[in-house]
Amino acid sequence: MSTPQAGSEESSARAGLEDTGTPRATVLDVVGLRVELDSGTPVVEGVSLRLDRGEILGLVGESGCGKTTTALALLGFARPGTRIAGGEVFVAGEDILRLDESDRRRLRGKKVSYVPQDAGQALNPALRIGGSITDVMRRPHEASGNGVGALLTAVDLPGTAEFAARLPHRLSGGQQQRVTIAMALACEPPVVVMDEPTTGLDVITQAGVLDEVRRLRDELGTSLVYVSHDLAVVSRLADRIAVMYAGRIVEEGPTATLLARPEHPYTKGLVQSIPDHTRPSRLTAMPGTALGVEDRPQGCAFAPRCPQRSDACTERMPELSGTGHRVRCVHADRTPPIVPGPPRTARATVERGLLLTVSDLHASHRTGRDAVIAAAGVSFDLGSGECLALVGQSGSGKTTIARCLVGLHRRDGGTVALGGEPLADRVRRRTTDQRRRIQYVFQNPYESLNPRQTVGEQLARPARKLRGLSAAAARAEVGPLLEQVRLPAGIADRYPRRLSGGERQRVAIARALAAGPDVLVCDEITSALDVSVQAAILELLADLRGELGLAMLLITHDLGVVAVAADRVAVLEQGTIRESGAVEDVLHAPEHPYTARLVAAAPTIGRTDGPLAVPDTGKSQT
Amino acid sequence: MSGHVAPRPGHRVSVGVHPVLRYAVRRVLAGAGTLLVLSVLVFLATSVLPGDAASAVLGRNATGPALRELRQEMGLDQPIWVQYRDWLTGLLQGDLGRSVSSYLTGSDVSVWSQVGGKLSNSLTLAALAFAVIVPVSLAGGVLVALRAGRWQDHVISTVTLVPSALPEFVLGTVLLAVFFTWLDVLPPVSLIAPGTSPLEAPDLLVLPLLTLVGVTVGAAIRMIRAGMLDALAADYVTVARLNGIAEPRVVRRYALRNALAPSIQVFALIAQYLVGGLLIVEYMFAYPGIGNELVQAVTIHDNTEVRSVTMLLAAIYVALMILADVIVLLVVPKLAEVGGSA
Repeated sequence: MSTPQAGSEESSARAGLEDTGTPRATVLDVVGLRVELDSGTPVVEGVSLRLDRGEILGLVGESGCGKTTTALALLGFARPGTRIAGGEVFVAGEDILRLDESDRRRLRGKKVSYVPQDAGQALNPALRIGGSITDVMRRPHEASGNGVGALLTAVDLPGTAEFAARLPHRLSGGQQQRVTIAMALACEPPVVVMDEPTTGLDVITQAGVLDEVRRLRDELGTSLVYVSHDLAVVSRLADRIAVMYAGRIVEEGPTATLLARPEHPYTKGLVQSIPDHTRPSRLTAMPGTALGVEDRPQGCAFAPRCPQRSDACTERMPELSGTGHRVRCVHADRTPPIVPGPPRTARATVERGLLLTVSDLHASHRTGRDAVIAAAGVSFDLGSGECLALVGQSGSGKTTIARCLVGLHRRDGGTVALGGEPLADRVRRRTTDQRRRIQYVFQNPYESLNPRQTVGEQLARPARKLRGLSAAAARAEVGPLLEQVRLPAGIADRYPRRLSGGERQRVAIARALAAGPDVLVCDEITSALDVSVQAAILELLADLRGELGLAMLLITHDLGVVAVAADRVAVLEQGTIRESGAVEDVLHAPEHPYTARLVAAAPTIGRTDGPLAVPDTGKSQT
Repeated sequence: MSGHVAPRPGHRVSVGVHPVLRYAVRRVLAGAGTLLVLSVLVFLATSVLPGDAASAVLGRNATGPALRELRQEMGLDQPIWVQYRDWLTGLLQGDLGRSVSSYLTGSDVSVWSQVGGKLSNSLTLAALAFAVIVPVSLAGGVLVALRAGRWQDHVISTVTLVPSALPEFVLGTVLLAVFFTWLDVLPPVSLIAPGTSPLEAPDLLVLPLLTLVGVTVGAAIRMIRAGMLDALAADYVTVARLNGIAEPRVVRRYALRNALAPSIQVFALIAQYLVGGLLIVEYMFAYPGIGNELVQAVTIHDNTEVRSVTMLLAAIYVALMILADVIVLLVVPKLAEVGGSA
């Protein structure tokens, strides 16, 4: 791992800090930060952090853990409905929380700046990007010419006037994110807070941005707080990692030791939830789910899900103790070391006959006069009981292909056959039995369930309509279906809004199973979920395949998911399959250069060195 | 998300004509088409109305031969499509036709000479009202959005909504009661001698103006408030604040600039209302405007005047709409690049 001391003389001069003498000056010091809802309920409590010059601190946790709230508080900012209720946040020696709003504004951008998650939403659509950047500089006369160009060049964008005159919507997602980084660097602040800056980007673009971030740290000596839900991404970047759970830091330490020997059971669970394409093994999901802000329990918030809890855990909140490597757990010494899960057993190589055959599929999207090719002669097949993963970046056509299979998107040419029978182009021309045999699970469980029907009604419907069961027989199916997806039977009477994301996705899977399908098409079904929830869903899919002998088509951008769940993989780029074969072969010895880039770009916990992005030989936009 | 390619550099720039200009030309052509269709509808609608100008002019003297003679003189004996053609060719050449009074007095009185002054009176009133409404509702809307949920919001939103909830004649009557009956500071009717400009007697304009402003401003403030609240809640405003950009600049360049597009549409609607909807206010204050004139033309069955004035007002409507859309494109260049060239 690179040491931040190197070149600190030069970098501290740039950062404009007074105490140049000490090699490891603290640029950010947070003590006892507390942010609460207007009602007084704490969202974030007792957060203490230190950041040295040139250091990258990863702030990791799952949705609702308070990481973004913490990140914003580092700039003295609280979202509407919340307020910073206590603690100290020293930025370059000044406690930003003691300042009034106008003095806080003076520090923002200059001493500490922010890179938001969704760059597309974060750039003013009415301003040309050059204007957005000069606004932050606050010295327009000085900045008008070279300043903007130099900044754009620094983040690896063209520094031309033509580029600076573009409006945000003319930029790709990766370019937009680079612009927000350029804005954050405009005043050369010593501290930059980055909030999930790569979450909306696909792997290869993400790899480019991550390399960029690390290079900027090395060149400018900027200190970074990098907030992410993705432990694998953070492990590539951070010198130290702080893990948050239910509004508190539960463990903090140097990246390598924290990941190799996590002392908090939650950190350990998180590490074991991450599918790693370099070491595919069965995942071990944590039991239970994180509770909402209002329902956090007495004592240790993780206790209800913890395998090593004792009475002491529920009595009072344990302290964050230790030096260098801090952990908030009474029984940290009991946390067992990480044992790699059982390697995935060799897949049944028995040929069980072809189920689904796709040959020479062509499909496109038309918007006005433009047509975007989504599939250009795609052919693959799926045997019964087999799991095939379709991998590619966003825009590679993988979702469109899946929609063609179920008849939701018109194909321009080619055939799709199920068990030898050719399937009609559109779903309404297919027979009920053909529809029953292929079921689709959508990406976003927050949108795919009918908010006005109970879970039970939504599960009974496909059983009735597609399997021709009577209403009573269909209702009787609900219980076993819920059991199959490991949900309690009581959920049948609930409406989707009362379910968590993971529960909703299980319901969506159960709804597909209700039809008694032969093929399950899963379109990025875990990408909207937290890693620990994803682990549980992947576990479920593996079990279901074992129990029901389902064939699956898994659409995903995540090679870790592929390695854990699939038998074969087809790599898609611009509507064409570049490479396909057994998962082990393709991931470990990719033959096509695009596959190699994809594999190299996929972050894993295992590797922490070297650049992520492999140069693209056929230069395309990032 | 998937399947959409990012526009390539220079993809749209290579087209020689400025996208806004191209859009404007297309809209003007479409507007002309709309007006043509409208002219047919207006002509047919006025033709099927019972009673005609000739009998209205002759009144009690409408004997068979006299009527026939006058009809012939007015061209009413021609087939309907010929009448339409003659009227439309006249319109296209800027000739609104002959007024019915021509036949009453025997002299040649054009429609334009009848309505020209009144149209200018109405447009003066509308322009003045618009000039008050825009800054008042913009300032009010922005202020209320910045103070959303606090007392300033409640006071302004409620106070401005009361007059908006009233029909013009009720609000006008209330204003009359206050400023004429009680305070006696303003005249109750706004009679303006033909040939003089209403600007020469500003006190005559106050009550009609107040009524128009009162009726529209409340809704305009609410719409601008909503647009501003949307913009203020947007990520780019939060990020601008987190980047330390000064608050007035955040409000102007980040929030208001993006809230303007919907506001411009609101103002366009108000402008259209002001042009076409003056009728009641003009009637109340006996203001000699185009609305009053149109009512009279309908009563005396002056079909030519009704048709021509309707088309004139419609043309102003369409022009305002196109103008508003072009201004939106200029304010939000993103739309010009995306929507304008689709």
